[in-house]
Amino acid sequence: MELVQMQKSLQDYTKSLFLEGVLDSQFLQLQQLQDESNPDFVSQVVTLFFQDSDRILNDLSLSLDQQVVDFKKVDPHVHQLKGSSSSIGAQRVKNACVVFRTFCEQQNVEGCHRCLQQVKQEYYLVKNRLETLFKLEQQIVASGGVIPAMELGF
Amino acid sequence: MAEVMLPMKMEMANAPSKFKSPDLLHVLAVDDSHVDRKFIERLLKVSSCKVTVVDSATRALQYLGLDVNEKPVGVKDLKVNLIMTDYSMPGMTGYELLKKIKESSAFRDVPVVVMSSENILPRIDRCLEEGAEDFLLKPVKLSDVRRIRDSLMKAEDLSFTKSVNKRELETENVYSLDSTVPSQQLKRTKI
Repeated sequence: MELVQMQKSLQDYTKSLFLEGVLDSQFLQLQQLQDESNPDFVSQVVTLFFQDSDRILNDLSLSLDQQVVDFKKVDPHVHQLKGSSSSIGAQRVKNACVVFRTFCEQQNVEGCHRCLQQVKQEYYLVKNRLETLFKLEQQIVASGGVIPAMELGF
Repeated sequence: MAEVMLPMKMEMANAPSKFKSPDLLHVLAVDDSHVDRKFIERLLKVSSCKVTVVDSATRALQYLGLDVNEKPVGVKDLKVNLIMTDYSMPGMTGYELLKKIKESSAFRDVPVVVMSSENILPRIDRCLEEGAEDFLLKPVKLSDVRRIRDSLMKAEDLSFTKSVNKRELETENVYSLDSTVPSQQLKRTKI
């Protein structure tokens, strides 16, 4: 595939993620902080997000599977995940966490289980999308090209 | 002696911040979130600050030499111009850290900015009452960091100018002080 085509594909792909609400403007902030001196900044932060999230989702599953659910343990985990997803612009994960926290406040175990499923779904979605995005970027760089800057006029 | 003073005065009038490298603002950032630590570190570096990042309030106190259980670590040489701390952290919160810093004689004048993902007014009030310079909603914006940095650099410049003017007053005064310089310039600016 030609370099120009790859760059267009990347732009279109990124655009679709914003239009679907998978990512929000915070992700653009991250991209703006990346430059020649820190060319891997975005992928580094996102990798940390994946590591943190995998751990948190695991802990949440364990906590919610207990005979007696300790909401004092559950809520801080959701709060953490809400924070980190917000920091990288993973909008749908963040929104799912907001709903999750209201069920925690109500101490609604059934509701929390449903929320955990929802959060997991959104997380795996954004993880998949971002991994694809990074692959597209790598292909461009490997072909000697530059990753095009995101245009905000859509 | 007077000849030496005049060029220096002119220099001061035209000089940009005294913070040309290596005299960068040194910021201590405190956050238990891995993602947020990486993010705030980058925001600060892009804003030409020197950054030290720690993952807990306890470690921040250790770094500052305020932890009673540890020996102070070279406190005399440590220059921190700004502390930015997350509010919600396990163990000691950012609010508790703020209080400890304001209680210390060594660091009570260091501006402390509190960050939180939650827009809770009583929380914000509590922090400001305890002496926080500012309260930022997460995710923190580059414009927030720049605004704070600019205010700090202005304030530091003014206190530097104040000490220079003081020296001028104390030396033999052959050239009279520029009377057009308003005295308000010597007051410390609130962010």
